[in-house]
Amino acid sequence: MFELLGTMLPSRLLLGTAQYPSPAILADAVKASGTSVVTVSLRREMAGGRAGEKFWSLIRSLGVRILPNTAGCHSVKEAVTTAKMARDVFGTSWIKLEVIGNHDTLQPDVFGLVEAARILCEDGFMVFPYTTDDLVVAGRLLEAGCKVLMPWCAPIGSALGPVNIMALRSMRGHFPGVPLIVDAGLGRPSHAATVMELGFDAVLLNTAVARAADPVGMARAFGKAVEAGREAFGSGMLEPRDVAVPSTPTFGRAVFHEA
Amino acid sequence: MRLTVNGEAHEVAATTLAELLAALDYEGDWLATAVNSDLVHKANRAEFRLSDGDRIEILSPMQGG
Repeated sequence: MFELLGTMLPSRLLLGTAQYPSPAILADAVKASGTSVVTVSLRREMAGGRAGEKFWSLIRSLGVRILPNTAGCHSVKEAVTTAKMARDVFGTSWIKLEVIGNHDTLQPDVFGLVEAARILCEDGFMVFPYTTDDLVVAGRLLEAGCKVLMPWCAPIGSALGPVNIMALRSMRGHFPGVPLIVDAGLGRPSHAATVMELGFDAVLLNTAVARAADPVGMARAFGKAVEAGREAFGSGMLEPRDVAVPSTPTFGRAVFHEA
Repeated sequence: MRLTVNGEAHEVAATTLAELLAALDYEGDWLATAVNSDLVHKANRAEFRLSDGDRIEILSPMQGG
């Protein structure tokens, strides 16, 4: 079990719900991953339409916790209003706060992010800020009231995996008591295992599972990788060495003489 | 009264947000509403009076990452 903001969660994997081939595959992937938190969004509903109802009833049937997002918001005002609308519909004060600052990289507008985080934290939200791996921004987000941070490891949907291990390691070292969730950029289970080995508390991913040839199999693989990485982090890994060290004991080795 | 609902112009007789939702065939407890970029809570729609030119957003749960 993993305690996140006072809530006990059985898995350290948080999963997005977008881009799956079908609702049935989404449901199976959520189950196979073992996740207990999924992200959702809010979008315009057609007059007389019931798309939202169908999706919402599917998510509710999965028995998982909801982390609504403010995806697509480019201003503080948009993000704050979307967060409030999400709380009104989903009945949770958890919000994945995104304030996008660049169309090409989808990197966060960290200035707007800090401002929006302050407004929402003061309003009682538990803000999960989608941020970069910048330590100064991370500090400002904590000052604004955030209790958890979600740094990217590469641009959203890029599948590049951790492109700046040093920055992630530094972040973990600077904020030892803060839950850190790597959000965005993971492409393979080994990427997830790598950041978990660094001591990150959890990962959030979507595209790597949803766009895999077999999303259900990939969801299961990510679930295992996250678990393996976490257990390795807690088990004391060897540091790399420049010389070979025999693993089989040399003591008692037979000695054969050439005739 | 002329309103903009989810980006489209509408001419409506509704005077409150709740009446507007009913007139446009929006129903369900999964909808979120904002008027002029500010949230209007579900519980406040019945008494929320609309004004000419208001911009209304009606959102519902969707897939997200």
